[in-house]
Amino acid sequence: MAMFKDAPAFEYAPAPESRDIVDLSPSYGLFIDGEFVDGSAASFKTVNPATEEKLADIAGASSDDVDRAVQAARKAFGGWSALPGSERAKYLFRVARLIQERARELAVLETLDNGKPIRESRDVDLPLVAAHFFYYAGWADKLGHAGFGADPRPLGVAGQVIPWNFPLLMLAWKIAPALACGNTVVLKPAETTPLTALLFAEICVQAGLPPGVVNIVTGAGETGAALVAHPDVNKVAFTGSTEVGRLIARTVAGTDKKLTLELGGKAANIVFEDAAIDQAVEGIVNGIFFNQGHVCCAGSRLLVQESIQDELLTALKRRLGTLRLGDPLDKNTDIGAINSAEQLAKIRALSEIGEQEGAERWSPACELPGKGYWFPPTLFTGVALSHRIAREEIFGPVLSVLTFRTPAEAVEKANNTPYGLSAGIWTEKGSRILWMADRLRAGVVWANTFNRFDPASPFGGYKESGYGREGGLLGLEAYLDV
Amino acid sequence: MSRLAVRKTYKLFIGGAFPRSESGRSYPVTSPKGDFLANASRASRKDARDAVVAARKAFPGWSGATAYNRGQILYRVAEMLEGRRAQFAEELGTGRKAALEAVDASVDRLVWYAGWSDKIASVRGTANPVAGPYFNLSSPEPTGVVAVVAPADPLLGLISVVAPVIVTGNTCVVIASEPSPLAAITLAEVLATSDLPGGVVNVLTGRQEELAPWLAAHMDVNGLDLTGVKDTDLALRCEQSAAENLKRVLRPASPDWAADPGLTRMTRFLETKTVWHPQGT
Repeated sequence: MAMFKDAPAFEYAPAPESRDIVDLSPSYGLFIDGEFVDGSAASFKTVNPATEEKLADIAGASSDDVDRAVQAARKAFGGWSALPGSERAKYLFRVARLIQERARELAVLETLDNGKPIRESRDVDLPLVAAHFFYYAGWADKLGHAGFGADPRPLGVAGQVIPWNFPLLMLAWKIAPALACGNTVVLKPAETTPLTALLFAEICVQAGLPPGVVNIVTGAGETGAALVAHPDVNKVAFTGSTEVGRLIARTVAGTDKKLTLELGGKAANIVFEDAAIDQAVEGIVNGIFFNQGHVCCAGSRLLVQESIQDELLTALKRRLGTLRLGDPLDKNTDIGAINSAEQLAKIRALSEIGEQEGAERWSPACELPGKGYWFPPTLFTGVALSHRIAREEIFGPVLSVLTFRTPAEAVEKANNTPYGLSAGIWTEKGSRILWMADRLRAGVVWANTFNRFDPASPFGGYKESGYGREGGLLGLEAYLDV
Repeated sequence: MSRLAVRKTYKLFIGGAFPRSESGRSYPVTSPKGDFLANASRASRKDARDAVVAARKAFPGWSGATAYNRGQILYRVAEMLEGRRAQFAEELGTGRKAALEAVDASVDRLVWYAGWSDKIASVRGTANPVAGPYFNLSSPEPTGVVAVVAPADPLLGLISVVAPVIVTGNTCVVIASEPSPLAAITLAEVLATSDLPGGVVNVLTGRQEELAPWLAAHMDVNGLDLTGVKDTDLALRCEQSAAENLKRVLRPASPDWAADPGLTRMTRFLETKTVWHPQGT
């Protein structure tokens, strides 16, 4: 366990969660039509980003494999969509229960493959995954009450492409509403984090889900591109970068495919002088260092009212000094590993640009483990709106600090971004929260909290953060022919 | 030599416990063919009042639980009921096939209502665009303690009236079907082993005519479901008594328990709360 040297924290004994609960296979196939099959593209390895050890070989899906998966989903669609909603509901409830039963195993596997702290995979990801299936299970037989007409119909086969930051949670956000509405799915997990999706395939088998209702194809970008472009896919759902989102929107243009996109963000976390400072500091830390900052809605721009800048930054730096970076499986770890060498390179490059553009860089004294992909919690002060670190999504544990004087200026700066996924407001004044919330061009606004998620609450962005909502009643719309 | 069976004593279900009636009374329950099945407790006015106290005591915790938690518990009830499929089928005494169908439909109905816990507010709540700088949001909240006179259908009917009342956060006192109360007590055993907090559902067996008027007039009861009252005169008297503290009343009806239940059974026992808050810097 690496410790920040100036941290006045106790020495903690290592408290690693056992990985024995996970039974890894040396290699994994594609999950098509209820069975694991070989892929015909080159296989690739998935590694533990905290140690760089290989976890398993993963089959690569070619466009022919993707076609087979889409055909299996198409074949299953008739029966699945014809089931009474109450029967689909019971399948999804089973899935939710199986996830709850195997939660620890899934959490450990997620941490191994992704690098996120076990505390987060165990206490945030997995409970939300189960809750999401539980929530949408309940909608399957109530679609007529959702406000989309008496008997809204599903779309057909959904092609879903998800990112590596919350592998299983993003799977849940995609698959649960799709199945509840009567669609069948072909899902491609991220290249660097396929393992929990493949364990989920096993859960589908345990639940007795009819073959072909859920298909998982693993691979890199080409696999996803083949899925999105497949002519027999009726619905495309993507979570990932705005850059790829644009490509997908272009691919889908001119077709009848329904499209939802949940893309990048550059959220402003706005702290007023009357905010409860300690609470705000916790919120800022949670906003940008949760999941190593690999969060599309991360509060990556701190907008602090000028009058409290010094006080807030002092408190924030003191707090960052107590964060514990290291073994993601250790139950005391706050900051885990960066998910991949590629992402680490991107974070490093943008941080260097931040320095070159004149911002001041600060990190707590911090020893990084010798192996694996690591980046210390970092903050930049003296950041101008024109700086690239204030405009581009870094997707890492890097916070850019800007200041404002008036609420109107805070709104102006917060909205001065092509993104619009989320925002945070810290003030003790309720009327100001609501005044700000009215003016912020963002799909989710957190007040005196940050990074809260719930299956009943819609999530999604304005502007170039994408369109469509996931979660809540409105999340059904993405998977219904309405 | 055949073994002599150990029979079950059918008692009341109040505050999570199974007491006998404080009155010491019981009444015989017979099968449709007239064979003796068991003596059920014949609850008194005092038992009814105890049940209301238990329901009131359980209300803050149950209504304050997250909707997700309430949904999980109702789903757990469904799981436990499914596990006792054979027992219920036997106890219903209506012929095996019909009985199993009734149990299956009851399980499915519980699952249906379980899902409503965290959805009813999305369907019944509104964001209100008032003409001024105000945030204005309306959301449903449970009414409180609801007295339910269960219909004759001993399991599906019972579940169809209890589940919609409690899923939204109300607690209840149920008067089981007078001629066939046994399934209600066995259901209470299911509820007692499903993580449902004691007092959320309280089950009384006995004379409808004796118990319903007291609950209808009870000043700490907020809602009254008269579905199971067949006597129109009794129903009228109960509804008139309910007027005293303006209980929300569901009138007697002969619903088709096999049909889509709709939302009425939930919405009748929901209040709407509207919150205003100014917006400004």
